Amino acid sequence: MSETVTDKGTTGVPIELENVTKRYSASSTGLAAVDDLTMSIPAGKIVVLLGPSGCGKTTTMRLINRLIEPTSGRIMIGDTDARAQEPNELRRGIGYVIQQAGLFPHMTVGTNISQVPQMLGWDKQRITTRVDELLDLVGLDSGQFRDRYPRQLSGGQQQRVGVARALAADPSVLLMDEPFGALDPITRERLQDELLRLQEELGKTIVFVTHDIDEALRIGDQIAILDKGSRIAQYASPAEILANPASEYVEQFIGSGSAMRLLNFAKVADVELGQVAEVAPGDEVTRVRETIAGADTAYALVVDAGRRPTGWVTSETIDGRDGTAGELSAPIETTIPARATLQEAMEGLLHAEYDVVPVTKANGEYLGVVSLGTIQQELSDLKERQKARRQERVSAGGDSA
Amino acid sequence: MSVSAAEARTATETPPSLARRSWKSVITPVVLVLIVVALLAYVKSQKLDSIEKANLGLGYILEKTWQHIELTVAGTILVLIIALPLGVILTRKGARYASPVVLMLANIGQSAPAVGIIVLFAVAWQIGFWTAVLALTVYGVLPSLRNTMVGLQQVDPALIDAGRGIGMSAGGVLAKVEIPLAVPVILGGVRTTLVLMVGNAAIATFINGGGLGDIVVAGINNQRPLVLIVGSGMIAVLALLIDWVGGLLTQLFSPRGL
Repeated sequence: MSETVTDKGTTGVPIELENVTKRYSASSTGLAAVDDLTMSIPAGKIVVLLGPSGCGKTTTMRLINRLIEPTSGRIMIGDTDARAQEPNELRRGIGYVIQQAGLFPHMTVGTNISQVPQMLGWDKQRITTRVDELLDLVGLDSGQFRDRYPRQLSGGQQQRVGVARALAADPSVLLMDEPFGALDPITRERLQDELLRLQEELGKTIVFVTHDIDEALRIGDQIAILDKGSRIAQYASPAEILANPASEYVEQFIGSGSAMRLLNFAKVADVELGQVAEVAPGDEVTRVRETIAGADTAYALVVDAGRRPTGWVTSETIDGRDGTAGELSAPIETTIPARATLQEAMEGLLHAEYDVVPVTKANGEYLGVVSLGTIQQELSDLKERQKARRQERVSAGGDSA
Repeated sequence: MSVSAAEARTATETPPSLARRSWKSVITPVVLVLIVVALLAYVKSQKLDSIEKANLGLGYILEKTWQHIELTVAGTILVLIIALPLGVILTRKGARYASPVVLMLANIGQSAPAVGIIVLFAVAWQIGFWTAVLALTVYGVLPSLRNTMVGLQQVDPALIDAGRGIGMSAGGVLAKVEIPLAVPVILGGVRTTLVLMVGNAAIATFINGGGLGDIVVAGINNQRPLVLIVGSGMIAVLALLIDWVGGLLTQLFSPRGL
């Protein structure tokens, strides 16, 4: 793995589980912890294994790095069969993060992080550089934290170091077993956000185990909801699971608050954004008037050369005045990032100076606008779908009777 | 173990309490040395008869003290050679079933009267220094063995899982994680063994094994309280001194950050 390290870092590889079974009792009739699981995990995505305790989700994850040996089946990581590799070597190439970080208390933060590079035989200079780089990456000041012991760190800081340790040799796959389970809600949420930020940068293939539906919805690109024996009840994107739960089991898991969850987890980028008339800052007022007259709204958005929204011009404010759009516009104080949830978007809308707020990408680029109406539309769509599903179920039940 | 223990020690941060601790830690040996000096000065000030003179000469006392230390150290080294590897083996997956049996044997070793063991060994083998050392070993193996096992067992399984999960071999986890974390408990056991040894080395005298027991027994047999007091006083001082050394070693070798 270490050979492939470049400035951009190793990005994820796909993982394929093919008919994987794990039985703990010797007899072939014994209940299987993982029962004939076939699942493909796309490269560079966060896939969450979600299920109640005892459903086999942790076992499934541990099969991937062979902390548990499968009874039968095949596990492919990228192009290589996991079982064809020496287990310890295999694990050095797979990041591993557990609950409460699992840092070695007798080693400094720096030594903890350098464990895998040491085993891979990196030279000292390279390890030191890498440790500093990783601490920066997870948001800890390397000078301040490198020589501290885990005990001197808060739970959240410890887990950051845990993530840094897992990333040390730049693995293409990261396994995370309820990594944020023991943290307080605020820290947990912050670390979830940071993981998403990191992932945007790194593009690893992450298998994330949790029993917390909210966490799954928040961070998963794909969620596999597992039933007993690690049987897949539904394997889909968070939005799809919220909108179209595949079975009553899944619906139970999501619980009754699907509308609230939709607000909490659906991203602004997922909904259909509105479009408004646009003008450039340098446009003369006559040009602006024309644009507004040609649109169905009484205002236009000023978008600069870098596609960043800078202000609003309304037909009222420019009435009888001279100058360019840039001079006449009321500056925009609130924009909503595309990554924000609908709930965050609502918060933003409530505090915004206008009813319509521009949505921007992470680099500030303008995407479209959102209003309370947009969100209301999304919720009523959800309601429609739920109604349709209920009717479907009733009619299906009628057929079988 | 050596790797991470060394790393722990070379860590840059020094706890502020260390200086105070080392100042405190010299009190014990100073007091003990003062006690010895006072004891010897008292002997010097007394009028001694021929028996007392034979047993209380400075050279003689030092010789017996040295023998006593030899008995203790040799016995402890043997204990370590047996108890540490055995403790590690008995906490491995494959051998755990054997641990109750071994612990029972070690228990018998300690609960049997030391005098009985030493005499039995002498009857079965020979008299002298090495028989005494062997008997002391049997007697003192339990604390070190038990603490090695307990120390290793109390290591958080999550840390072992973390070690294996990032690609350490079973041996690597043992050397880099389990043993360093067990060191304080293991050294606690060794310290107990040492103190037990100092006390019980006195009975080596019954099989001609030497040590301060010679002086104590001479005091009893000849009804010379002064001789008896000097002999047992030296043993007590030695025990406290060795306990202090043990404490120092524990401090020195315990990993930082715990």
